[in-house]
Amino acid sequence: MKKHRYDYLWIFSLVYLILGFFNILFAWIGLLCFFIPLFLSIVTGTKLYCNRYCGRGRLFSLIGGKLGLSRKKDIPPFVRKPWFRYGFLIFFLTMFFLMLWNTWLVFSDARSLKEVVTVLWTFKVPWHWAYRGSIFPDWAVQFAFGFYSIMLTSTVLGLITMIFFKPRSWCVYCPMGTMTQLICRLKSKGGMKRRTDFDRNRI
Amino acid sequence: MKQVKKRKRQAKVYKEECAACGCCVLVCPHDAITVYKGLYAAVDESFCMGCGKCVKECPASVITLSEVTA
Ligand code: SF4
Ligand code: SF4
Ligand code: SF4
Repeated sequence: MKKHRYDYLWIFSLVYLILGFFNILFAWIGLLCFFIPLFLSIVTGTKLYCNRYCGRGRLFSLIGGKLGLSRKKDIPPFVRKPWFRYGFLIFFLTMFFLMLWNTWLVFSDARSLKEVVTVLWTFKVPWHWAYRGSIFPDWAVQFAFGFYSIMLTSTVLGLITMIFFKPRSWCVYCPMGTMTQLICRLKSKGGMKRRTDFDRNRI
Repeated sequence: MKQVKKRKRQAKVYKEECAACGCCVLVCPHDAITVYKGLYAAVDESFCMGCGKCVKECPASVITLSEVTA
């Protein structure tokens, strides 16, 4: 199998996580991992991001697969059921809006900036070293802390399921993956019935 | 002349619970598997050699090898 340049996108994911330890403002870059997948599936009607460009998926393949940090066992079947995948997506989005709400509170001066990163929605880890003041308003910094919390949380969850199950177990219940698949489902409705055979659109 | 029917193994995807993540595509040495429109993975029977690499890789464990008469 030929190596492509996008096979190295795991470096991007890794660098992103590391940068957050030094300056929280880099967390804003993570918005790319939110908008690009959605944009690609809306435009192409495929999961092109997952199938080709996702750095996180590649990172799990590398650590769990090549480096062998995975038991490579089957995931409990409930994880791949729609109720769980959609349920986790709703939970994830709720947490996302809660984070936006916190950003709003700081924006409207109802609350002051909290320099913590919340891991697994529970553990508040002091993270003050990653912010020493900037020209940016407090709300933008609060958003960075909130967004980085989400990215770190999903990485930690992904790493845990990587160790216990297959390397890319996270992809089974990843909210971005569920969302892009949902977009593809909606887009292909109607079009599906007319089709008689597959067009082999290779990826 | 007697025709000998060959049995061979092929990958089969349980589409309903496939996450369309494409992990199987990345490991297939014969380019036999593609993700159809972001919905599910589809195996091309004429390319699949039944090696089982995708079965091992699939994080959702929705691929199985089954014997087919070719
Ligand atoms: S399911 Fe999530 S982690 Fe997996 S490839 Fe898609 S976006 Fe990346
Ligand atoms: S690896 Fe499994 S879940 Fe992912 S696309 Fe292939 S068959 Fe579907
Ligand atoms: S069994 Fe082997 S040849 Fe067939 S689709 Fe899976 S990886 Fe490809």
